[in-house]
Amino acid sequence: MAQKEFAGQLIDVNEEGYFTNPQQWNREVAAAVAKEEGLDLTDNHYAILEFLRNRYNSGEALSIRSINKSGIVDVKEFYSLFPGAPLKKSTKIAGIPKPSSCI
Amino acid sequence: MTNSKDFPIKKVCIICAKGTIEDVYAALVMTNGAVMEGIQARLFFTFFGLDAITKSQMKKLKTSTVGNPALRMPGNIPFPTLLGALPGVEAGVSAMMKSQMEKLDIPPVEEFMDLITAGGGEIYACKLAMDMFKLTKEDLCEYVSGVLTIGEFYEMAAGEGTQIIFT
Repeated sequence: MAQKEFAGQLIDVNEEGYFTNPQQWNREVAAAVAKEEGLDLTDNHYAILEFLRNRYNSGEALSIRSINKSGIVDVKEFYSLFPGAPLKKSTKIAGIPKPSSCI
Repeated sequence: MTNSKDFPIKKVCIICAKGTIEDVYAALVMTNGAVMEGIQARLFFTFFGLDAITKSQMKKLKTSTVGNPALRMPGNIPFPTLLGALPGVEAGVSAMMKSQMEKLDIPPVEEFMDLITAGGGEIYACKLAMDMFKLTKEDLCEYVSGVLTIGEFYEMAAGEGTQIIFT
């Protein structure tokens, strides 16, 4: 398994750069991953990352709709916080697997 | 060997010409999926597909219960076409489809369009079909950015890495 260093920590990642062990995640690591994606994390980013991690930990599927219903940000803000491919990018920074949902 | 990463899809123009639940949703899922991947997405509704963006119809989409050999009842029992022709059957089957979709967290048409446009996707209506069905811009929902002729559609589709998809 590949390893990559973020914020001084060796993290297990898969070939696409997603964490294979979500336990290795913390805020500093997230900031380092985000930097690589060209993002500086704000409180809003962290609120979404926490939401995604909680949802993942409770075994619920992630979708763009669930973000909209989260009450943290609406979809428009979500797209502007994680430009490009928001769900892929945010899950990568949140240290959880790439979502397998089509919606 | 060419690498698929060297030629990513940059823009999709998706056309929906039918107004059944499954036709409309296929187009919506593809459009939203593109937006989520960071691909520029434009969705065009024409002919019966216009129902999906017509205020008075968009909440009432149905799936056809006649002439659809893939339609089966719970338990995988074939659905007789004659049964599908009875009043109320189409509505019942459509309601069942919608409740199944809700269980999978697939949003209703309006909410889906809200997600698509919030992410930068654009929705258009076909001018010729609008004229045919005697529809005006006022009949269409707020998520529609404009009414286009076929020429304008092709202009919009121009550019490297564009795919035109007729669903």
